[in-house]
Amino acid sequence: MTTATDTPQDLTAEQEQFDRLIAEDSRIEPRDWMPEAYRKTLTRQISQHAHSEIIGMQPEANWITRAPSLKRKAILMAKVQDEAGHGLYLYSAAETLGTTRDSMMADLIAGKARYSSIFNYPARTWADMGAIGWLVDGAAIANQVPLCRASYGPYGRAMVRICKEESFHQRQGFEILLELSNGTPAQKQMAQDAVNRWYAPSLMMFGPPDEDSPNSQQSMAWNIKRFSNDELRSRFVGMIVEQVKTLGLTLPDDQIRYNDATGRWEHGPLDWNEFKEVLAGRGPCNAQRMERRREAHDGGAWVREAAAAYAAKQAAKRADQRDMTVKAA
Amino acid sequence: MSESNASATRITPGNALRPEDIAASGVKPTGAVGEYALRLGDDALILAQRLGWWISRAPELEEDVALGNIALDQIGHARSFLTYAGHAWDKTEDDLAYFRGEDEFRSAHLVEQPNGDFARTIARQLVISQYQYDLYSRLVNSADATLAAIAAKAVKEVDYHRDHARQWVLRLALGTDESRRRMIEGILLTWPYVGELFEDDELVTSLDGVAVKPSSLRASFDAEIEALFSEAELEVPDVPASVGGGRQGRHSEHLGYILAEMQVLAREHPGATW
Repeated sequence: MTTATDTPQDLTAEQEQFDRLIAEDSRIEPRDWMPEAYRKTLTRQISQHAHSEIIGMQPEANWITRAPSLKRKAILMAKVQDEAGHGLYLYSAAETLGTTRDSMMADLIAGKARYSSIFNYPARTWADMGAIGWLVDGAAIANQVPLCRASYGPYGRAMVRICKEESFHQRQGFEILLELSNGTPAQKQMAQDAVNRWYAPSLMMFGPPDEDSPNSQQSMAWNIKRFSNDELRSRFVGMIVEQVKTLGLTLPDDQIRYNDATGRWEHGPLDWNEFKEVLAGRGPCNAQRMERRREAHDGGAWVREAAAAYAAKQAAKRADQRDMTVKAA
Repeated sequence: MSESNASATRITPGNALRPEDIAASGVKPTGAVGEYALRLGDDALILAQRLGWWISRAPELEEDVALGNIALDQIGHARSFLTYAGHAWDKTEDDLAYFRGEDEFRSAHLVEQPNGDFARTIARQLVISQYQYDLYSRLVNSADATLAAIAAKAVKEVDYHRDHARQWVLRLALGTDESRRRMIEGILLTWPYVGELFEDDELVTSLDGVAVKPSSLRASFDAEIEALFSEAELEVPDVPASVGGGRQGRHSEHLGYILAEMQVLAREHPGATW
């Protein structure tokens, strides 16, 4: 463990130690010294990721009460519950950087913190449960598997478990679409419509094109991010272009092709203005998602206060009993 | 082992009893046993439907997980009971869940009650989990091997539900003035629906040794609640009991809305698989 001191000489030594760990592709742990910018970047990234899990529960929770079979209802409940669990691990990982869950939650409620834009799109039909699983969770996995090797230990370790669960989520989404695609004409139409609506937003989940992503370079230098936005997006396109054939559906993009020269999959143009609009809060469901989170948080304040008050009273009671025992002795 | 009490279950990895195992077993209950299984399954299903609403709306993330888990357990129990019940009439769990009308359901009014605030949900949880715990603890000795096997799995899960509800009753009753006020209110709103759970009728009387007589569970329920309420400094409210009738298909006004929401998609696509 390194101890933080003020002398410039020691700071340099600590910076050198940090740089060496990064160069060796080793892990930075919570008690290690780290540059403020590294801490800040990670806190922002991990808390945004946690917020995305929490807000991301909403579009799917929207279908729990209407799931069309009991088995699907059970699977969907388990999935949304997993997402709450992911939020919990991630808030915990972010807490090791010195920010409390309460303050991260307060930032989310106040509209100061971001979450993945994709969750500001509505889940209109049951087929959206399939498309979200296949495309949104699929894109999340493509993004997150490399994060299992992120230089910050608690983040990387949280991601290992999250990725395992996400891969189940993706498979269940694929299975929903497959069942619909092989179902009645109305079901197949529902599946195609959902894929049409979620395709472009899921591609935009990887973030802006590399030339417009100024923070990526630093994140890559710190071994937080391992591949560029465009690299990951291209891999994802390569994956789904094959899978969609098994589904018997199509992707709403006739410009997908493999570029032999670059070794990358290419896709048609994406509407980055729409991305910016949604990010700025002007998407179809931004207000609704925030309202629901605020209601749950504010509406539940009295419960959290009660739990804290009860815990304090119990602790006081135990302390009294200890005192009595000591006095009696 | 005779045909009538042959186990519908087979041992699966981890000894988990799955609705699919019951479906594969082909063990066919009598109409009366099927009716009884419907009651158990419908309570679990309607409760799960109510609890599922909380996921993404709970006061704390840990409660999104906890209430989600409880709902998930209940759906599991519902699937097993309904699958077994369905065998009596060559119907699947989904036929029963999605294509029965309101008066064909056999749930008790208690599980149909609105979630209300968190305290009201906890009050309902306290009652149903204690009732289900005592019920399944006895049902494991049922002469019907399938009901006994479902109960054996369910009782372990319901024990956690009971623990969850009891802990929250203590926290809310002894936490802040507001939480205490709400806990008392939640109990008050819930108690009219307690009595129905413990009523016997012709069906359960005719299934001696197979079904658990609801009236036989009352003493244990009262003792457990009394002990908890004494610790929580609460009183069992003196409120008139509601008439009930859920076991005969006479339901609260709430059930129609619950079913409308639960069944809408399945009924839009009759004959479809999902």
